[in-house]
Amino acid sequence: MVLLNQKTDVELVGHLMRRAAFGEPIDRLEEKASSAYEALVDDLINVDKFPRLNEDLLERHNIQHADEESRQWTRARWIYRMINSERPLEEKVALMWHDVFATGDSKVGNNPMMRTHYEMLRDYGLGNFRNLLLALAKDPAMIYWLDQQMNHAEAPNENFGRELLELFSMGIGNYTEEDVKECARAFTGWTKSQTIPRYPNGFFDSEFIFREEDHDNGPKTFLGETGNFNGDDIIDIIVKQPATAQFVAAQIYDFFVSDDPDAARIDDIARVFIESEYVVSDVLRFVFNSDFFKESRFNKVKSPAELVVGTAILAGRHQTPYEFGLTKMATATKNMGQDLLNPPTVEGWHTGREWIDSSYLVERINFSSKMIGDLEAPGTSKMLDRISTNRVSMTPDELLDACLSEMGKIHLKPPSRAILFEELNVTSELTCGTEEFEAVVSQVLRLIVSSREYQFA
Amino acid sequence: MVTTAKSDKSINTRPPVFVVLQLSGGNDFMSTVIPYNDPHYFEYRKTVGIPEDDALHIDGGYAFHPSMGPIKNLWDEGKVAIFPGTGYPSPNRSHFRSMDIWHTANPEALSSDGWLGKTIRDLDPNKENVVTGVSFGSGLPRAMYLSGTPAISVSELEGYGLLTDLAGRQQRQAIKAFTRMYAPEEFEEADVVWDHLGQTGIDALTGADMLKTAPPAYTSSIEYANDALSQSLKGIAQVHLSGIGTRVFYAQLGGFDVHGAQIQTQQTLLANVSRSVGDFFDDLRENDGSQEVIMMIFSEFGRRIKDNGNGTDHGSGGGTMLIGDRVKGGFYDPYPSLAPEDQLDGDMHFSHDFRSIYSTVLEQWLDLNPNPIVNGSFDQFENVFNL
Repeated sequence: MVLLNQKTDVELVGHLMRRAAFGEPIDRLEEKASSAYEALVDDLINVDKFPRLNEDLLERHNIQHADEESRQWTRARWIYRMINSERPLEEKVALMWHDVFATGDSKVGNNPMMRTHYEMLRDYGLGNFRNLLLALAKDPAMIYWLDQQMNHAEAPNENFGRELLELFSMGIGNYTEEDVKECARAFTGWTKSQTIPRYPNGFFDSEFIFREEDHDNGPKTFLGETGNFNGDDIIDIIVKQPATAQFVAAQIYDFFVSDDPDAARIDDIARVFIESEYVVSDVLRFVFNSDFFKESRFNKVKSPAELVVGTAILAGRHQTPYEFGLTKMATATKNMGQDLLNPPTVEGWHTGREWIDSSYLVERINFSSKMIGDLEAPGTSKMLDRISTNRVSMTPDELLDACLSEMGKIHLKPPSRAILFEELNVTSELTCGTEEFEAVVSQVLRLIVSSREYQFA
Repeated sequence: MVTTAKSDKSINTRPPVFVVLQLSGGNDFMSTVIPYNDPHYFEYRKTVGIPEDDALHIDGGYAFHPSMGPIKNLWDEGKVAIFPGTGYPSPNRSHFRSMDIWHTANPEALSSDGWLGKTIRDLDPNKENVVTGVSFGSGLPRAMYLSGTPAISVSELEGYGLLTDLAGRQQRQAIKAFTRMYAPEEFEEADVVWDHLGQTGIDALTGADMLKTAPPAYTSSIEYANDALSQSLKGIAQVHLSGIGTRVFYAQLGGFDVHGAQIQTQQTLLANVSRSVGDFFDDLRENDGSQEVIMMIFSEFGRRIKDNGNGTDHGSGGGTMLIGDRVKGGFYDPYPSLAPEDQLDGDMHFSHDFRSIYSTVLEQWLDLNPNPIVNGSFDQFENVFNL
């Protein structure tokens, strides 16, 4: 393909990697910039080209968790994958679906089940939306979260049926109360095996079970179609509804493009969803290659997971299984308002500007500044080396640009840049390699992550 | 104990302050305020029952846990209100869910609006004071979260603030740059999110600057212990006494989930609670700051009536306490009977909804309309405060 010979603007690569992955430092971006943009998108989307992480060492090193997957450890493992996976898009997509299909251990209270749940989102998240909904309907954590085990032929429980329509697909206003009832009936008998009690041996996972004898096999009328529907028939009907296409498109636009919905763009995405027969990765390929995506830079507030993981990647933290403090990364996202695997409600987190709150902002800035400003951090140390390679001295202006570039071509608004420069108050050239030089680099990195711009992806 | 209050006039002009102390993990209320007058107590508490000789007896056949000397002293002074049998309908025995229910005052539906977040909003509707609500501990509790309402979370007061791992000139420089980068006047083009971020940054900095004034202005003869809770309560005393206008405080202590080793664990934890709470009120009294403060001590649920051989499992009905110089001491509800026919699935049957206590505090202490905050109208307890 001719495209392979084309290069990509490195700022655009930075944007793509912040949105479709968790951001990367300049050396990795420059490497990618020698490929065509479309090829980079394909590499992100075709996750099977790259292996999953080998976690043997991670588990061995965190042996205290080996016999019982603890709450914080379940989160930390996910964060480790976000930082290190060669398939970052599948982790990112899992994060998106986690906010849509918000299921939490506040109710589920079982760490292996929550891990299975999130891995289901990761495994099915890029595929056909029908298969994702089906996997969701069979997921033990989801079953318990929405009382599906109490949905019996003789006594239907509508909780799952209702949320499937309201929060997981079409959205309110696109179906009737009668549809909710019929939907719930179709899912009767979809339940999970009883979990083994936690004490004394720890948490056990459970699995999906279909109980034929507890399934209402009578005729149902759902969204205008009639038949002896089972749950998978219902999902087939849901997936082809225009409202579902709109819903999925809106979620993808909100998560990957902008916090402000744009009806025309969402219509375009919905059309691709239908044309692709509901394949999420096809939709993402269209989005990432679109001009509106390429132009939407630094206008989305980073979620706490994106901020923590992105900063850890730049600082080169937790890139080996041996580094202490992985669970603190999970605590950090929680302190910033996003306790992974424990969304506040079935509606997920309030995103965009609502990530910004006085306590959360202090956490965001203190966390990022401490991590990136530490010259011992492998990534920071590498940035320092690169900045001064082949140079004897630098002007403060050059140094500021070099730091912004190192952190993935971050763009500061002119006033922010001017303020940063003025307050830095370094008037003469800096000699590379000196202690003063290193201190200034550390300070500049800290000020960059403290900026308003850094809160955006 | 030295108790000197200034004239009623000065007391009445000071805005009331509410401190919440959360005991996480499900504190066993039956061993906190022990119902020795119930013939079934030792029948169900064969292994974790507290020997009568050790306990700190009060009237009516009840006793405090042996480690709760300082709280017993406050009781003797008539400053402790006890609400045995706190709970809510259809009790949930999951820690996280039950804690959420207490934090959002909403057992029916999942919500992200904290009841103290709404309280802070209503105490300071024009957002004039960013330190109206201050929590001590790791992360803001959901109870204090409400979108658009500032609330501050402090892990340690000493050194709290922005960019705290920096020091001296480096920190001053970074803070100055931060202040300008978040100030609206430096930017011509702006949008809603950009402005919100700027305002939030400035609020956070203002809050940090205000809190920073507390430790240097503080002197006290009370020596708090070094544990986290004592330090949290010391921080609360410092902030309160500094007069920066905080109205809602939060502190927490975990570890009450005593499925095993209950005797030793609870001994340590309740001693920690009692000593720190005693020190806290002594400190406030010494510094003439106790009359306007009440403290509520709660846990997300109580524990099973029957012990499991070494501890107790998750239950439902528990108990709550209000402590303060203007709290009228006493029992505000009968202690739930432990008789089998009176139990709720093996638990102490709750006699009042926790939202009744919330409503009592909100309306009678903080002078707010409780209904929008607790999501409904609940019966209140009467005559709990000397107003």
